[in-house]
Amino acid sequence: MKFLKNRKMWLSLAGLIGIGVLMTACPATKEGIGTSDAAVKTYVPPGEHDEFYAFMSGGFSGQMTVYGLPSGRKFRTIPVFSVHPENGWGFSEETKPMFNTSYGFVPWDDAHHPELSMTDGVPDGRYIFINANNTPRVARIDLTRFETEEILEIPNSAGNHGSPFVTENTEYIIASTRFSIPIPEADVPISSYKENFKGTLSFIKLDADAEEMSLDFQILVPGYNYDLAHAGKGPSHDWAFFTTYNTEEATTLLEVNASRNDKDFIAAVNWVKAAEAVRAGKAKEMPAKYFRNYVDHDTRIAHSEENSSVRVLNPADVPGLIYFLPTPKSPHGVDVDPTGEYIIGNGKLATVLPVHSFSKMLKAIENEAFETVINGIPVLKYDEVLAGEVLDPGLGPLHTEFDNKGFAYTSAFITSEIVKWNVETREVVDRIPTFYSIGHLMIPGGDSKKPWGKYVVALNKITKDRYLPTGPELCQAGQLIDISGDKMKLLLDFPLDGEPHYAQGIPASLIKDKSVRIYELEKNNHPHAIKSEKQARVERDGKDVHIYLSSIRSHFTPDNIEGIKVGDTVYWHLTNLEQDWDVPHGFAVKGANNAELLVMPGETRTLKWQPQRPDVYPFYCTDFCSALHQEMQGYVRVSPADSNVPITFNGR
Amino acid sequence: MGGAEKPFLFLNTVNLLQMTKRNNRLIHTGRWILLAGVLLLGLVFVLPLWKITLEAPQYPEGLGMYIRINTVEGVEANNLNQINNLNHYIGMKPIHPDTIPELKIMPWVVLSLIILGLLVVWHWKRSALMAWLGIFTLVAVAGLVDFYKWEYDYGHNLDMENAIIKIPDMNYQPPLIGSKQLLNFKAHSYPAAGGIIIFLSFGLAVVALVMEMQAAKSGSREDK
Repeated sequence: MKFLKNRKMWLSLAGLIGIGVLMTACPATKEGIGTSDAAVKTYVPPGEHDEFYAFMSGGFSGQMTVYGLPSGRKFRTIPVFSVHPENGWGFSEETKPMFNTSYGFVPWDDAHHPELSMTDGVPDGRYIFINANNTPRVARIDLTRFETEEILEIPNSAGNHGSPFVTENTEYIIASTRFSIPIPEADVPISSYKENFKGTLSFIKLDADAEEMSLDFQILVPGYNYDLAHAGKGPSHDWAFFTTYNTEEATTLLEVNASRNDKDFIAAVNWVKAAEAVRAGKAKEMPAKYFRNYVDHDTRIAHSEENSSVRVLNPADVPGLIYFLPTPKSPHGVDVDPTGEYIIGNGKLATVLPVHSFSKMLKAIENEAFETVINGIPVLKYDEVLAGEVLDPGLGPLHTEFDNKGFAYTSAFITSEIVKWNVETREVVDRIPTFYSIGHLMIPGGDSKKPWGKYVVALNKITKDRYLPTGPELCQAGQLIDISGDKMKLLLDFPLDGEPHYAQGIPASLIKDKSVRIYELEKNNHPHAIKSEKQARVERDGKDVHIYLSSIRSHFTPDNIEGIKVGDTVYWHLTNLEQDWDVPHGFAVKGANNAELLVMPGETRTLKWQPQRPDVYPFYCTDFCSALHQEMQGYVRVSPADSNVPITFNGR
Repeated sequence: MGGAEKPFLFLNTVNLLQMTKRNNRLIHTGRWILLAGVLLLGLVFVLPLWKITLEAPQYPEGLGMYIRINTVEGVEANNLNQINNLNHYIGMKPIHPDTIPELKIMPWVVLSLIILGLLVVWHWKRSALMAWLGIFTLVAVAGLVDFYKWEYDYGHNLDMENAIIKIPDMNYQPPLIGSKQLLNFKAHSYPAAGGIIIFLSFGLAVVALVMEMQAAKSGSREDK
């Protein structure tokens, strides 16, 4: 009995140990937790640099953010389309013109698709472009300064979504309108859609020497929704591809009414032919009001130029300009593989993923294998252009990126996964869940001729339980997935700013050594710059008062100012005299109704200030610049409008 | 002098004719070596003489200045500017090369040294060579003493009235040669390429002198 008891006891003990062993053998298996080496693969030791820059769109934030991969660390927000009081973007006198549009000053937007400039179809690290979706614009950001340098408005466009995508050598930045609209702008009944509404595909030329974008021409297209685009490469260099939906031409409840057709189109546009036709005078000059805003390098002051017309090309006038490739079903992204041969239409409601063949397309055009012709645009036969279909690509395929080993990675929103498939055989080889509801995905160089196929970043719309909750509004997130092996492996979750749509990645080595550290004071040609404290002064010009202020660790000159009156408009022209890396100075004055300033070494920025009541107002540096940062302050005295206090500064 | 005897013993074993040849060859080579040494000095007009580097946690890339024959300048374009700006915290006067008289005199001194050296090469005489070496030594020592005094002045004569950081008995004199911690900065001071060339030039002149002396020794034996 005793023996038996003992045996039972031993057995149960052994059983317990067994369960324990089993439990340690299967660690907490919450779905999606990376393998044990994931931490090592994303660990960038303190003081070391990431291998890749990742540029994430801010979506509704209107900005772009810069991250490092594989760490997922955020470095910076680059203010683009939305004002940014933190550094005075859109508030300082120098940067206000960047927000000028034909609708006036537009202080915000919705930015979706960053796109790196390319040379020979490979990202070259010079510029990155991004679109403003709402008030159609394209911005060019310089990657030595990480600063928005130019913003071009696009007329005859509404919902600038299929934008900006660059051709193989950044000859053109292409942009399509999401909404079709009356062109030119007109007050017409919405029910006259089929008759009055058109779409446009815009071709923006980049003059790299002059660092200037100009709207070269637009192509007038049928009144569909033009969703996304990508330019061809290699053999398809001359062509650009645009997805369409709502070929039903509905204006209401598009969710249902634009989902009726089995197939919509990918528009294949021969942009080389289009440019030739424009040079040959086949485009019509059409009145259009749109702005180009740019930063002058000498003064670092932004200027606005208003344009009054645009050249518009009608496809009916240029045979062979556009062909429609039938594509199931309301395709979202259109992606061209690194060889330039395959064009993938990500039909968001389709059950298969069609892969079109560029060489078959050329053959179909040659053989005139047309289903029909719409407004002079031939519709090619689906079977004549199709290379094949990827079966079971997940539900709701949206976008495809490529690696350098012949595989494609498609994001599926509804099934919340990335599906990896072989581009040549179109066989699905792997799939990995994402958390949750992936939109875009990004492989560094993944839409170019030379993908750096080490990681794919899933850009997820929904995070639910993935992070500590922050009330009803939760972060959106990226997920870093290792694609170097046969099986995809989740490595890291990291939250992102705003709503990430598309993103771009590039090896850090292509950018980091070119980074500007300071602006040379000697080359500062700002009309209100001062080059030394000796030039600091206060000048009255009627009701305007110009304060030529300097900052250097750890003081402003002047820092005691009197003689300002209520009713004056004060311009604080602050020059940061520092010539030292990473020593910006800030400026804030009590009651400022606009913003603060953050002034980089060697730069001049101006804050307009209209004090409302007599008082002595303190001002101070907002960027912790030095050990005596807290001493970096001053006073400005504001007297009643009728007072006789003369302008003085520091007793002068 | 055991060292001096060695070549003498060596010379014992060769015949007089060879000795004469050797004598001429020694003088010939000596003149060439001196010429090389003198011409080498010309490089100090392009190469920095001394380098002072400052390292601090906030300056992982380092700050540095080169002392050249006629100016002081930053290792990187703005370094001098940055150093001056940092120095205002401790009340050190800013370094303005225009206000340092030595930088105006030095090029002429070195140029004179080069011209005199060329004269010695041309008019080969041991006494002249020794005189030239003497002047050279004087110039070098005076230069180093002046540099030390300059460092002392900048490091000690601080504007304590306006200094922001005041530490009793603290001075900020960088070392003549070597490294020293000055508050958060570690200062390193070493000869730069031009400084090394001065030593090299001096060394070559000494070699030339030794050769001349050997030639004279073998010559005197020849006379016997």
